[in-house]
Amino acid sequence: MRFAVIVFPGSNCDIDMYHAIEDVLKEPVDYVWHDDADLSSYDCILLPGGFSYGDYLRAGAIARFSRIMQEIEKAADQGKLILGVCNGFQILLEAGLLPGAMQRNENLQFICSTESLIIENNQTPFTAEYALREEIRIPIAHGEGNYYCDEQTLKELQQNSQIVFRYKNNPNGSVDDIAGIINKRGNVLGMMPHPERAISDLLGSPDGKKLFQSILKYWRER
Amino acid sequence: MMHHQPTPEEIFEQKLYKDMGLSAQEYGRIVKLIGRRPNFVETGLFSVMWSEHCSYKTSKPVLKRFPTKGKQVLQGPGEGAGIVDIGDNQAVVFKIESHNHPSAIEPYQGAATGVGGIIRDVFSMGARPIALLNSLRFGPLSDEKVKYLFKNVVAGIANYGNSMGIPTVGGEVVFEESYRGNPLVNAMCVGIIDHDKIQKGVAKGIGNPVMYVGASTGRDGIHGATFASEELTEESESKKPSVQVGDPFMEKLLLEATLELIELDIVEGIQDMGAAGLTSSSSEMASKAGTGIELDLSKVPRREPGMTPYEIMLSESQERMLVVVKKGKEEDVKKVFDKWGLYSAVIGRVTDDGMYRLLDGGKIVAEFPVSALVDEAPVYHMPSQEPNYFWKNQSVDSIDLEDHHLADLNKILLDLLASPNIASKEWVYKQYDHMVRTSTAVKPGSDAAVITIRGTRKALAMTTDGNGRYIYLDPYTGGAIAVAEAARNIVCSGGKPLALTDGINFGNPEKPEVFWQFEQAVDGMSMACKVLDTPVIGGNVSFYNETSGKAIYPTPIVGMVGLVSDLAHITTQGLKNVGDVIILLGDTYNELTGTEFQKVVLGKIEGKVPKLDLDKEKKVQEVVLEAIRNGYVQSAHDLSDGGFALAIAESCISGELGARINISNDLNPASFLFSESQSRILLSVSPDNVEQVKKIAAEIGVTYQEIGVVTSNTLEISYHDVLVIDLYIQQLIKAWKEAIPCLMN
Repeated sequence: MRFAVIVFPGSNCDIDMYHAIEDVLKEPVDYVWHDDADLSSYDCILLPGGFSYGDYLRAGAIARFSRIMQEIEKAADQGKLILGVCNGFQILLEAGLLPGAMQRNENLQFICSTESLIIENNQTPFTAEYALREEIRIPIAHGEGNYYCDEQTLKELQQNSQIVFRYKNNPNGSVDDIAGIINKRGNVLGMMPHPERAISDLLGSPDGKKLFQSILKYWRER
Repeated sequence: MMHHQPTPEEIFEQKLYKDMGLSAQEYGRIVKLIGRRPNFVETGLFSVMWSEHCSYKTSKPVLKRFPTKGKQVLQGPGEGAGIVDIGDNQAVVFKIESHNHPSAIEPYQGAATGVGGIIRDVFSMGARPIALLNSLRFGPLSDEKVKYLFKNVVAGIANYGNSMGIPTVGGEVVFEESYRGNPLVNAMCVGIIDHDKIQKGVAKGIGNPVMYVGASTGRDGIHGATFASEELTEESESKKPSVQVGDPFMEKLLLEATLELIELDIVEGIQDMGAAGLTSSSSEMASKAGTGIELDLSKVPRREPGMTPYEIMLSESQERMLVVVKKGKEEDVKKVFDKWGLYSAVIGRVTDDGMYRLLDGGKIVAEFPVSALVDEAPVYHMPSQEPNYFWKNQSVDSIDLEDHHLADLNKILLDLLASPNIASKEWVYKQYDHMVRTSTAVKPGSDAAVITIRGTRKALAMTTDGNGRYIYLDPYTGGAIAVAEAARNIVCSGGKPLALTDGINFGNPEKPEVFWQFEQAVDGMSMACKVLDTPVIGGNVSFYNETSGKAIYPTPIVGMVGLVSDLAHITTQGLKNVGDVIILLGDTYNELTGTEFQKVVLGKIEGKVPKLDLDKEKKVQEVVLEAIRNGYVQSAHDLSDGGFALAIAESCISGELGARINISNDLNPASFLFSESQSRILLSVSPDNVEQVKKIAAEIGVTYQEIGVVTSNTLEISYHDVLVIDLYIQQLIKAWKEAIPCLMN
């Protein structure tokens, strides 16, 4: 299975994402610069965290106009797996690949801490290795992670089981404690917590490993 | 905008050099060195290069006393950052720097650009930055202005480091009256490098092009270095234009582009444009290489039209580097920087005439020997005088404790835990991304942070330490304690201390009593460095930290890095298992003067500071490292602010476990609990390993006491079998965790 880690100017969790694939899955993984135009050889596309283009306007608002985004939309249409973490999630929202928007954290501060998440849907390609309602510990690190959507959208997310992760103790004010959502088709996942930071006991938690293992398993069985 | 530039005669007659921070004698020295009266641009160049901030003219003779050599040292003071060998062709690069004055008047940008500057110092050496630390000082949090400074300094540090993707993993924050108008913001960056990739700031190779890379030059930060070399006054607010504005996104691009450039192997020399911007980088690079340099300022990328040579040379716009590359490789540089969307321009060349020559188009705007500007800066041997307060304090070695002080030791412990100096700094470090780069094995809040090194079994332990209160009372002993405590923190985390960087923060050195503090502190630190084999590999001096003529506590900060030779040695302060045995290493004396206890309970600071026996210190550290390396230690925590009671409470809080302690000795209970006697470390050890640990301590010759066991949810301390402390761990956690958020919200 081939993985692409997209690098925008200002991405800074690209290295961590790359090593997570290497360490957990031992599958081929490449950095792909935002200006490159071809993603056809990749099976899974990873949008890492960071501050793309400095995020001086609104997180992800500039990156979504990047050349590679057309390729990513194409890949989403083809049903390829796309995972956006933190800034990657913000970009997916800005690009309209996922519904809703991000606001600044309720306390108006950047928050870095390890949070408890509840697996709300384990029938996705990204979460099949988890048990339903399993509680996992994954770090967050963001200033704009306060997820917002209107009531209609929220209802749809709930009805379609598109809410994949919820915070146990909401750290940032997100609507309905949302930490991560998936598109209707079930191939594009966005999440604020960083699974790539939770792949060993030494670093505090191994609970993110199953997310990557789920991806590989899904691809193999497909 | 400058319409008329004063002539050399006007500068002389109207003493305009004084406005730029030069004294009459210094002006005279310039005239003598260059053989004529300097023009306006030249006067500006000398004024920034001869500022204390750039020239170290008053601190140099004293800084020379620091031991700077050791077999581990690959690069000592004099470059962007110092470098220490960690084996396997790898090295660690680190340095600390202050940004006090800018932070006092514009806390967010002042702190942010402090972080940006120190990161550039590290990657200009060719290293990949892997961690940030800081050391902060503020006035009391009851003051609204102080809250504003604290909040914005933290936010500024957070935003810069977070955007860069470099984890901020450690630091300290202290609140004392003396910093009310003059906060201290010291930032430290740690990087890693392969030996063969080490770069230097030299303008090498006659005829080689001098290239400007990074962000464009604007009018921000003009005369920043001069401003940093004056006392803060009522008028300082008007110096806001001297504060630079940071752009971490730009710096992130500059970092990646610079490291990519270094991989090409075409760089002859590279230096950050930090304080005094283009002036210091270009002149220092020529001076270090023994060459001349010629720059054409019309080629410098500019942010706005109409900038004069004076403004271009004195701008401290951030996120810029000066690079000398091999001739003919200009296009290769451009290609890299184009990719990252950054400026690159050939702005000059290295010459063989030893001259510093600036042109604006075809016109020469400055010309004199490089050595006049860099090497001939004045050096001052300042008068030094022991202050009266020192002897007064030396004669006080005990405090007057009344019965009511001792009636409720539980309350005293909770009050100390809630003292902002001791209380949890989670409110601060939660705003710092301390986990990015996925290498943070020990997060903020333990004795030292630990960062793993990918692809190896090694890790780096790092800490910042300083105790202005001790150093104020007794700068020699206090200085030595700062070094000893930093080393102790490294050892408690499982590392062997390697070297340190010093962040020197003092008042006005022209005052003999301040200069005496400075000398004494450096001597004390040097002595500890020698005994503990932790040479000083670089640092920063910040003088003139005074408001309304009143100096801050003298505050040298020690930034220390140690090597953890195997991941299995990583140790934290939190208790681990119920039933583990608690051992106290070292001796406790009746030393309550100058302590956090004295401040919190009696509301004053006076008297002698705890004594330090460096030989003993070394031995205690040896015992702990030996025991850790043998796998005998479950937790280790050094005893510092608040003494034994606070150390055991912190170990309980971190481990969310309790402890039952029984002490019997001749001191009164408060002295034992809160004395800040040095060279003590608290270990918890599984019962099977207790004898081995005792054996190691006995062999090395360190006092040890088995004082208790780890329990589940209460801290109980008995003194001669009388229970004097009896608290639930949840009570400790509440007092400790809620104090700062409570004050801030």
